[in-house]
Amino acid sequence: MYNSLIITNNIHSWVVSWMPAAVTGITEMIMIALAYLTLFAVLGLFLVLMERKVAAWFQLRIGPNRVGFFGMFQTIADALKLLSKELTGTDKADKFLYNLAPYFLIISSLMALAVFPFSQNLQAFDINIGIFFLIAISSIGVIGILLGGWSSNNKFALIGAMRSGVQTISYELSVGLSLLTMILLTGSLQLSEIIEVQKSGWLIVQGHIPAVIAFMIYMIAGTAETNRAPFDMVEAESELGAGFHTEYSGMKFAYFFLAEFINMFIIAAIGTTVFFGGWLSPFGITESIPWLGVFWFFLKAFALVFLMMWFRWTFPRLRVDQLLTLEWKYLLPINLFNIVLMAIIVWLNFTIQF
Amino acid sequence: METATINNNFKSEEYFINMGPQHPATHGVLRLLLTIDGEIIKKVEPDLGYIHRSIEKMCERDSYQQIVHLTDRMDYLSSHINNEAVCLAVENALEIEVPERVKVIRTIIDELTRISSHTLWWGVMGMDVGALTSYFYGFRDRELINDIFEETCGARLTMNYNIPGGLMQDIHPNFIKRVKEFIAHFKTKLPEYDKLLTGNIIFQKRTKGVGVLSKEDAIAYGASGPVARGSGYSCDVRKYHPYSALDKVTFNEALHTEGDSYARYLVRIQEMWESISIIEQLIDNIPEGDFKVATKAVIKLPKGEYYQKVETARGELGVYIISTGGKNPHRMKFRSPGLSNLSLLNHITVGGKIGDLVATMATIDIVVPDIDR
Amino acid sequence: MTNQELQELITTWFSGPESVHLEFTEEGSQFLNLSIDPEYLHELMSWLKTNNKTSFDYLFCLTGVDWGKELGVVYHLESTKHRHILVVKVQTSDRENPVFDSVQDIWPTANFHEREVFDLFGIKFKGHPNLKRLFLSEDWEGFPLRKDYVDEVNMVVK
Repeated sequence: MYNSLIITNNIHSWVVSWMPAAVTGITEMIMIALAYLTLFAVLGLFLVLMERKVAAWFQLRIGPNRVGFFGMFQTIADALKLLSKELTGTDKADKFLYNLAPYFLIISSLMALAVFPFSQNLQAFDINIGIFFLIAISSIGVIGILLGGWSSNNKFALIGAMRSGVQTISYELSVGLSLLTMILLTGSLQLSEIIEVQKSGWLIVQGHIPAVIAFMIYMIAGTAETNRAPFDMVEAESELGAGFHTEYSGMKFAYFFLAEFINMFIIAAIGTTVFFGGWLSPFGITESIPWLGVFWFFLKAFALVFLMMWFRWTFPRLRVDQLLTLEWKYLLPINLFNIVLMAIIVWLNFTIQF
Repeated sequence: METATINNNFKSEEYFINMGPQHPATHGVLRLLLTIDGEIIKKVEPDLGYIHRSIEKMCERDSYQQIVHLTDRMDYLSSHINNEAVCLAVENALEIEVPERVKVIRTIIDELTRISSHTLWWGVMGMDVGALTSYFYGFRDRELINDIFEETCGARLTMNYNIPGGLMQDIHPNFIKRVKEFIAHFKTKLPEYDKLLTGNIIFQKRTKGVGVLSKEDAIAYGASGPVARGSGYSCDVRKYHPYSALDKVTFNEALHTEGDSYARYLVRIQEMWESISIIEQLIDNIPEGDFKVATKAVIKLPKGEYYQKVETARGELGVYIISTGGKNPHRMKFRSPGLSNLSLLNHITVGGKIGDLVATMATIDIVVPDIDR
Repeated sequence: MTNQELQELITTWFSGPESVHLEFTEEGSQFLNLSIDPEYLHELMSWLKTNNKTSFDYLFCLTGVDWGKELGVVYHLESTKHRHILVVKVQTSDRENPVFDSVQDIWPTANFHEREVFDLFGIKFKGHPNLKRLFLSEDWEGFPLRKDYVDEVNMVVK
C-alpha cells in the first residue's frame, strides 16, 4: 500500500528485521497513527498561524510577529498557554456529554485525514468508497457540536448548537451532490482511482461548465459545513458570544478550535483531490519526481484554504433563515440540474481530455 | 404526587436570554432582556444604569467651567460637540458673542468629530454583521483624526477643547495643513467603504427591510439624528437651529425614506460626505482673531432657563439649564439622543431574528454612557 | 405660529383659564412657557398633540425638577409641521407622593423619560405601564436628584 517511497520501504524492512512478523502490522499501524497525529497537530497550528497572517494582511495589520521568526511559534505558544489553563464548566452541565463533545470533533476530522493520497501511494488507507467515507465521517463532527451546545447548559450555546444542526444537515446535501457530479466523470469513489483518471486532465477541465458550477457549489457548501464565515452562524460572536463553545476553556476549547481548522483543510483537500488533480503536477512537469506530489498537493490545498480565508475576512455573515434559503432554494436545485447536465456531457462524450 | 399532564408536546415555548451587560453586540455595558421563541424575538427590554454616574447631580455642585469637562464623558465619541452644547448655552445666557475664529474652528472640529464617530460606527457595524475587516478600515482613518485632535489640544478622545467664551488655546500651526491632508486622504478612502460593505449582497440582505421604523414612529418615539433621518424625518439641528459657523456653510441634510437599517446606514455614509464638504468650505476661511473672550473667573448665569440643542453624531443633544443666579446650575438636564433612540428598539425589532436585532442595534448606534449619563 | 398666537389659541381651549391655573410666560426663557394644574395636564397634552394648528408631535425633552419646595416636570414640545416650540410645566408641593398623569400614551418616547424621572425624583406617573427604576437598582433608597437627598458615602459636598 505504501511502498513507493524509499523511506517507507526502509522503515518496513527495519521493523521486520527485529520483530516477529505477527506484530509488525500492529507496530506499523501505530507508527502511522502517531505520524498522522503529529501531522494533525502541526497542520492545525500552521493553519491557525496562516489564518492570523492572512487576516492581518486583509486588515492592514502585521499579525503575530513576536514569538520566533515572523511569529512562527506564536500558535505553539498559544497551544502551550491553552494546555496550562484551567478547565472550567457550568455548574449544571451534563458532565459526561460535556467532556465527550470535543472528542467527537477531533476524532472525526482525524479519521477523515487518513484517506487522502498526499502523493503517489503516500496514503494510509486507500478505501474503495473514499468519497463516501469522507462525507459520512465529516457529518459526525456535528454531533460533537450538538452535544457541546446542549450539555453546557447555556442558552447561547444551545442556540449555536441548534443552528449548527440545521446548517450541517442542509449543506451536507450540497457537498454530497456536488461531489457526486464529479463522480460521474471518474466512475469510482476511490480517491487514488479519482486521481488516476485525472492524469488526462484535471476534472475541473475535463468536466468544464458543470464541473466549474459543481466546484463553486462545493466551495460554498464546504465553507458552510465547516461553520466558517460567512456561514459562522454557529459561533456568530456578535450575536451569541462564542456560540456552542461558550462554556469551554483550555484544551477542550482548543480541540474545537483545532478541529475547525482541520475541517477547513479537509474540505480544501477533498476539493484538491476531486477537482484539481490531487498530487498531480500541472501538465505533468514533475512527473519524474514522485515525492514532489506532496508539494503539489499541499500547494493546491492551501490555495483553496486561502480562498476560504478570503471569504471569511471579506463577507458579512448571513442570517440563519437566509442561510437555509440559499441552500434549499438555490444551491440544491442548481445542483440537481447540474448532475443531469454532467450526465448528458459524459453520455455524449463532451468532456475535454488531453 | 399528581400525574403530569402531557398536553404541551410540540408546543413552542418562549424563553429568556440575557444579552449583556458584557456582550460584543451591545457596545458597552448595556443589558438587553430578550424574550425569544426559537430564533424569533418577542420582546426586548433594555436594562440600563450599568454606567450611570449621575452627571446631572454632579453638575449641580460644579461651576460651569467644570461642567464642560463632565460632558465629554457622556457621548465620548462626539465629545467636542457635547462640550460645545454647554458652552453655547452658557454663552447665550451671558450674552457673550464669541469671535468668528472660534465659531469656525468649533464647526470644523465638530465635523471632524462626526466623521471620526461615523468611521468608528462603520467599522463596528461591519463587525456586528460579521465582516470583521471593516473594523480596521474604519480605525485606520479615525486614527488620523485623533492625531489631529491630539496635536490641537493634547487629547484624542475626551478633548475639553471648548471653554465658555471660546477655546482653551489656539489651533496648532499645522492644523490647517493636516486637516487638508486628511480630507484628501479620506476622499479616496470613503469609496473603499462602499466597495467593502455597502455594495455587498449579503450586507444588503442583512440590512434591507430590517428594523423598519416609520416616520410617524420616529417622531413619536423622539428619534433624532441618523435614525430619524433614515425614516425620512428631517430633523437636522444644524439646519433648523444653526449654531457656531453652520449658518455660513451650505450642505444637504442626508435623508432616506425607507426607514430600515440600510437607510440608516446610507444616511451616515452620506453624512460623512457632507461633513467633508462643510470642512472644505471652512478650512481655508478661518478668520484671524482671538481664540476666546475673557469671562469672569466665576461664571454666574442670570436667573432663568436656557436650552441649547446641537446635533451630535448620534442625534439631537439638548442641554437644559435652570439657573437661580448662582455659580452652579439649579438643575441641569442633558437630553441625550441615545435614550430616545434606544426606547424604540423594542418597537422595531420584535418579530425579527437575533441577527436582525444585532444589525438594527448597530444602525441605531448606541453609546451607553450617553444613555446612562 | 408665533408665541402670541399660540398663547391665544390655547387660552380658548379652557373655559376658565384661571380655574386650571393656566399661565404663560416668556420671561427668562427663549421659548413660550406654559404652566397648568396637574389635573388638566393629560387633557392639555392630548389637545396640543392632536390639534391641527398646534400639532406638537415631538416631545424632545422631559425633565424632572426639584424647585426646592415643589417637585415639577418640564415638557419640551416641538411641532415637526409648524416648527414651533412650547414648554409645558407642572408642579406639585406634595413631596411624599407626587403624582402626575403619564403622557406616554401620547408620545411613546415619554415611557423611558418618565421612568428616568421616577427613578431620580420619585415622581409617579399615573397610567404608566411599566413604572420602575431605569438606572438605579431596585433596592436603592431615596431619589438622588432631589435637593434634600443625602448620601454621605457617595456624595462629595463642596
